[in-house]
Amino acid sequence: MTDRAARAPTAPGPGPGAAIGAGTAIRTADLRKTYQTSRGDVPAVRGIDLNVPSGELFGLLGPNGAGKSTTIGMLTTLVLPTGGRAWVAGLDVVADPVGVKRRIGVVTQNNTLDMQLTVAENLEFRSRFFGLGSGEASRRAGQLIDAFGLGDRRNAMATDLSGGQARRLLIARALVHRPEVLFLDEPTAGLDPQTRVNLWDILRVLHDQGQSILLTTHYMEEAEALCDRIAVVDHGEVLARGTVDELKEGTGADTVITVRYEGAVPDGLVAETGLAARPGVEKVETGHDRIRVFASDPDGVLGELVAAGARAGLTVRDAAQLKPSLETVFLNLTGREYRE
Amino acid sequence: MTSTTSTAAPPDGAGRGGPDGTGAGADIAALIAEAPVPQPTLAKTFGAMMAREFRVLRRNSISTFMRAVMQPLLFVFVFTYVMPKIGGGFMFGGTAGAAAASGSGAAGAVNFATILVPGLMASMLLMQGIMAVTFPLVMEFSWQRTIEDRALAPVPIQVLGVQKISAGAVQSFLGALIVFPIVLLVHAAGQAPHVHVTNWALLVLILVTASLLTSALGLLLGTVMDPRKMQMVFAAILLPATMLGCVYYPWSAMHQIRWLQLLILINPMVYMSEGLRAVLTPGVGHMPMWAILTVLVGGTAVFGYLGTRTFTRRVLN
Repeated sequence: MTDRAARAPTAPGPGPGAAIGAGTAIRTADLRKTYQTSRGDVPAVRGIDLNVPSGELFGLLGPNGAGKSTTIGMLTTLVLPTGGRAWVAGLDVVADPVGVKRRIGVVTQNNTLDMQLTVAENLEFRSRFFGLGSGEASRRAGQLIDAFGLGDRRNAMATDLSGGQARRLLIARALVHRPEVLFLDEPTAGLDPQTRVNLWDILRVLHDQGQSILLTTHYMEEAEALCDRIAVVDHGEVLARGTVDELKEGTGADTVITVRYEGAVPDGLVAETGLAARPGVEKVETGHDRIRVFASDPDGVLGELVAAGARAGLTVRDAAQLKPSLETVFLNLTGREYRE
Repeated sequence: MTSTTSTAAPPDGAGRGGPDGTGAGADIAALIAEAPVPQPTLAKTFGAMMAREFRVLRRNSISTFMRAVMQPLLFVFVFTYVMPKIGGGFMFGGTAGAAAASGSGAAGAVNFATILVPGLMASMLLMQGIMAVTFPLVMEFSWQRTIEDRALAPVPIQVLGVQKISAGAVQSFLGALIVFPIVLLVHAAGQAPHVHVTNWALLVLILVTASLLTSALGLLLGTVMDPRKMQMVFAAILLPATMLGCVYYPWSAMHQIRWLQLLILINPMVYMSEGLRAVLTPGVGHMPMWAILTVLVGGTAVFGYLGTRTFTRRVLN
């Protein structure tokens, strides 16, 4: 991480009133957002603390509705926090939203391209919004179009782009003014696998150039493939954070074995197996019709669960043994299946 | 993924390319290294946003022109050509002229075309102001929220609201000007309107404030109306504002129906029609200029304030 920070772009440092050092891209302290609706207060983000050094590719991983987009909304000044504070590129997002907007690039989850404009015009006008003259804006647009492989779509209307092309243009547009921090909200949601891999390549190149990036994703493999560090988020809270390896080690249980039966699990079935006391088993959870075991040594566990069910007259409906992954991390943290 | 140098060498896979063709790792790397350093200012960003509006207007020039021309053209054609031909100009020219004469004290026949010129311009101001601001806004706030594109520009959100009012006012202003050549060219023999500009500066002032007023109202409507109830804008706002906005008759002639004459004072359209009537067709009676300017300037300020406030609240949730 330190070598990356050292190579961080020499973009203008935080302006007057900076609350944090220049080496920090994003910091939040107990950041909260509660929406007031007709059905009462709905907390979307319930006290999130983040610290992302410059040059890092940081991921917010969580299921839909976890509060990721709301968090990005607050960091990019379009959602007003109801509690806590946040700084981006050294500036307070509430006190200096214009300063923050000058220093960030945002790839929204929705297709927010200007549908009245062509591909080239989308880039030109965005450049001009950020103060480039029209000649310079046009050069910058050409450079971005070539780099993002949109050359043959230069004069196409934004409405006529495929999903992958639109997403590439959204990323290109977020880069026109060389942002200090790039935000991507679910950048590959809804894209085909080939396009997704292409976008990953783009993000890796940006990251290798020292670009600070925060992305949200609900794809575990995306977080695993791209991110230096991850915060696992659910119900508006950070459940765990660290590198992928740290997260896997941190759970203490490498493998998750789940067996679901055709009927309800009778009381005492788990105790009868003696699994909870067995060396290498960290935790045993019983649901209505299923038993889940978190184990560092999974040998024989699955067999024992099937056998115990048979003794109680239960047929196994399905069984799964998950190798250590972010999915097992999530299961271990929440006790729930990952809702994609 | 992390074994990198600061050279522009593409990492694994970046040169792979795909059907979508992104084999440009080095190019993308260069984007960061060779980026210009932008120096946005409020004026530059505002100017660029206005330039964007004009680019879109130019692209849609045919549909924009049709939208701006058809309504006044058909109105003028029916009321100053067809009606005088079939009714001998009796119905409209006669009564309106008489009413106008009694209101202003000036004798002589004021034909309907003369009544209609300022009224039609005011009607165009309102129509164009709402079409130019309200309808695009409803689209921008709909499910894709494309408004976020410009909301991320480095200016306060209020400035974006003011920019939308300004862009709408330009369209509204141009829409009103289109009425001029139409009324001067299209009419039956002897039915030409008597237009005489007494004070050009006052005409410009009234047109500009009226344009700003309608487009500020457009911003307010676009941010408070439920998109599913947009038809309501026509039924509950545009139609009554136009029919009861002194478009087809001067306000002074309304003294015959005193309660209505007082009721329609809540309608900003009345002041736009009467203001234009005062500077374009002085032969027709009109309400005092101080009242007209107070409402046009005050109304712009009030609607502008409310519009940018609700707009900012909708953008920042």
